[in-house]
Amino acid sequence: MTLDEIKNTLNAAVISKREDMNLNIARAYCADLMSDVLAFSITNSLLITHLTNTQVIRTAEIADVKAIVFVQSKRPDIETIALADTKKIPLLVTYLSMYETCGKLYEKGLRS
Amino acid sequence: MSDNAVEGVFFLTGKDFSNAGAASSNLKRILEDMSVQQDIIRRAAIAAFEAEMNVIIYAVAGMMHYYITPEAIRIVVKDMGSGIPDIGLAMTEGYSTAPDYIREMGFGSGMGLPNIKKNADKLDIDSVVGGGTTLEFIIYLNKDSKGAENETLRNC
Ligand SMILES: Nc1ncnc2c1ncn2[C@@H]1O[C@H](COP(=O)(O)OP(=O)(O)OP(=O)(O)O)[C@@H](O)[C@H]1O
Ligand SMILES: [Mg+2]
Repeated sequence: MTLDEIKNTLNAAVISKREDMNLNIARAYCADLMSDVLAFSITNSLLITHLTNTQVIRTAEIADVKAIVFVQSKRPDIETIALADTKKIPLLVTYLSMYETCGKLYEKGLRS
Repeated sequence: MSDNAVEGVFFLTGKDFSNAGAASSNLKRILEDMSVQQDIIRRAAIAAFEAEMNVIIYAVAGMMHYYITPEAIRIVVKDMGSGIPDIGLAMTEGYSTAPDYIREMGFGSGMGLPNIKKNADKLDIDSVVGGGTTLEFIIYLNKDSKGAENETLRNC
């Protein structure tokens, strides 16, 4: 699934500067605990989360997460967005809940 | 082989959350530049990051030393902090003394030390209550070293 398809499925907004909307995402993972992301996420996956601090970006970088979706209209601050831009990790925000976000992506065929 | 060794150190400051993780991120880049195998980089970066975060959260200051040879990546993270009274308990999945504001940041699930153990081939922890903690771990680079054995086990 491309990042563009994910964006459209979730009615999401892209808030990072550098994004490649053709980026192919094979898997998704949802977590609000950094250690869970590090323990269970698969490389080159999409991270779905409520957390918006800079540590999310660091954790994503370490775990080889390809892109992040923030649910429930949670918006990271400028510092976090800037860090994601330097790490070339695209950021999306959706008003959908975590449950709806995962459900919609699963329905479209994105698996964990 | 020692002439092929790469080593360095990063300084860590307790509670400096805006730079937390930067050392591990730099270490990851160094390993990528050295063309170390992807899965080994990932294991080293994850273990380093968990150790780094523990220093940021639980210590006043610390250092992360790395030694990379053609055989192994050795990382020593030493801090001045509260120390760990019961290492066995701290190693238990889910055990955490992290305060609420740390949990709100997404840390404190008590999975950090178990994650380090899982990703490293060898882990040693030495801690003095009221003094500090030294954590040393090794990840082997060669398939025929002990690393390959653990890899097989993990993939089962
Ligand atoms: N460097 C350290 N200095 C003092 N105490 C530590 C240190 N590292 C770990 N601890 C203690 O061991 C506990 C378990 O650590 P661990 O990294 O496994 O989990 P955590 O940091 O609480 O949560 P997580 O790593 O999942 O975010 C900590 O809550 C803390 O009490
Ligand atoms: Mg920890």
